[in-house]
Amino acid sequence: MEFLSYLISGLSLGSVYAIIALGYTMVYGIAKMLNFAHGDVIMVGGYISYIAVTRAGLPGWLSVIVAMAVCTVLGVIIEGLAYRPLRSATSLAVLITAIGVSYFLQNAALLIWGANFKTYPSLISGTLKLFDNKLSIPYVAMLTIVVCILIMVGLTLFTSKTKMGKAMRACSEDKGAAQLMGINVNKTISVTFAIGSALAAIAGVLLCSSFPTLKPTTGSMPGIKAFTAAVFGGIGSIPGAFLGGLLLGIIESFAKAYISTQLANTIVFAVLIVVLLVRPAGLLGKYVPEKV
Amino acid sequence: MKKFVKVIALVLCFALIAAFAACGGNKDNDSNKATNAANPTNAQTSGESFKLGLIGPLTGGAAIYGNAAKYGAQIAVDEINAKGGIQFDYKAEDDEHDPEKSVNAYNTLCDWGMQILVGPITTKPAVAVSAEAATDRVFCLTPSASSTDVINDKDNMFQVCFTDPNQGTASADYIAENFAGKSVAVIYKNDDAYSQGIRDTFVAEAGKKGVTIAYEASFTDATATDFSVQVTAAKAANAEIVFLPMYYEPASIILKQAKDIDYAPIFFGVDGMDGILGMEGFDKSLAEGVMLLTPFSADDPKAADFVAAYQAAYGEIPNQFAADGYDAVYIIYEALQAAGCTADMSAADICEKLVAVMPTLTVNGLTGEGMTWDASGAVSKAPMAVVIKEGAYVTP
Repeated sequence: MEFLSYLISGLSLGSVYAIIALGYTMVYGIAKMLNFAHGDVIMVGGYISYIAVTRAGLPGWLSVIVAMAVCTVLGVIIEGLAYRPLRSATSLAVLITAIGVSYFLQNAALLIWGANFKTYPSLISGTLKLFDNKLSIPYVAMLTIVVCILIMVGLTLFTSKTKMGKAMRACSEDKGAAQLMGINVNKTISVTFAIGSALAAIAGVLLCSSFPTLKPTTGSMPGIKAFTAAVFGGIGSIPGAFLGGLLLGIIESFAKAYISTQLANTIVFAVLIVVLLVRPAGLLGKYVPEKV
Repeated sequence: MKKFVKVIALVLCFALIAAFAACGGNKDNDSNKATNAANPTNAQTSGESFKLGLIGPLTGGAAIYGNAAKYGAQIAVDEINAKGGIQFDYKAEDDEHDPEKSVNAYNTLCDWGMQILVGPITTKPAVAVSAEAATDRVFCLTPSASSTDVINDKDNMFQVCFTDPNQGTASADYIAENFAGKSVAVIYKNDDAYSQGIRDTFVAEAGKKGVTIAYEASFTDATATDFSVQVTAAKAANAEIVFLPMYYEPASIILKQAKDIDYAPIFFGVDGMDGILGMEGFDKSLAEGVMLLTPFSADDPKAADFVAAYQAAYGEIPNQFAADGYDAVYIIYEALQAAGCTADMSAADICEKLVAVMPTLTVNGLTGEGMTWDASGAVSKAPMAVVIKEGAYVTP
């Protein structure tokens, strides 16, 4: 029975990683940049939702919508101010800017909300008991898994069926050619950031509901893990990010349970190295040979 | 848009210049401090009252400890000043639980003319500052920095609290005596000297006393978000007591995740657990029945006056750190009287006299009856276990 509990902890942790990884992979797939500030947008989403529930007294579901709205606006502003002016700069310059934005958000949160830990009021509490109480599954874990699957399916449909999705795929293939075909590249990338940041807000709420402390660096470690998950699954691939996130969560959980709590992270990253040695583009990533 | 970017760039440039100017300010402090150190008698003494400095995290993640100690010390200073006789001039500086900022705070206090230091409150800053204070010959009494690294090789550094090894040993002894035959799970943070130190001595003492450790697990900063595996495994191992040598933030997640899977052992914490009830938004019912080893309980009759004064001034029930701060000031008061120091003496002269007198002193404080010190700076007193009932500490 413990095996199932560990599997469920792994799935629930993995789904949080997966939702964050979806945001990373969307932005990377379309704008070809690593948005390292993504983890910190998650933290902002968590704080906004916390403020909405505790200070403004809004119900939990409404606080998610408020957090999504604020994060969407924040994502578009970050893109417009920090990344758009660097559209033609080297990818290294954009990467460093993203790290700068990440620090900016962390320190701004430190100034605004202070460094004292806050305990996030869980959106849904309670657990489902099965097999004479031997197996308990927190409702929030189930919600996280369901939301993660919905988002994955929704994003896949969005990019493959809608006009905007088509524009995104075109930008991803070749920005210059897309522009010549009459696609507004800047607008497309802004929309990508808006979606990625809205996802970050949902991830923030789910992360804090499962693991309820909130501090300015809440997003950074899950952000790094999710980035790992995105690379693991094949960065740029939406199902890849989903698979990568879930696998990372499950491996971490089983490594803690059956091998060693001290070595959990070592094992996770060792698996990542092995996967990348065998499949350099990640599990579901496409290997695109570059013409020299 | 272009213009806007230029304006932003200009503003950022100014911000940068301002930041450099601020750094320059710190350098000035350093050079001032250097002259002070070379010439300690230069520090301005008022001649009437002792200049008492306190360093602790007044903002930031550990602020709950620093502010409690600051307020506790303030109450003691007010009481002593009201008595007449020895007078204190008291000033507290913030270090944000950061060793470098702590040394800066120490330098600021030296410039102010500090003769005796209460603090630093937390371990890492205390290690950094104690090295400076040992060369400058400033007497330090830390209310709560519990690592042995704080006092090792420094004759002028003393502690009000137990050392980490003592906490581990005392916890194991308490469990062996009061919960004989129950099996224990230990969850600790293996990238943190405080947590690891207590765990090591706990496990060693548990071995001697025949306490069964059914399960042991660790975590690090990188894995401090999810404890469901550790909690499930502890439940599977049928551990009836879970020992948590850690600060209250990870502990609060462990309590929640244990409740999620209906696991209700006795959670047993150490002094880092103190503060969990003050956490914003924390569901206090989660901490119901949590035990912790602390030298102070607010419902202790001998602390009644202090608790009343503290509540009147700061609107909350004082924790152990407040009592440590209060005791620290009284210990210094007693030591100054015993050593016959006067307020016009230099920091270095006071330091020599106090270092000599500390091992001979016996002080009855809120955090222990008959506290004594050895020359290393470690205190000897009996710990007390408390249990959290309806959001307050009670003696079991």
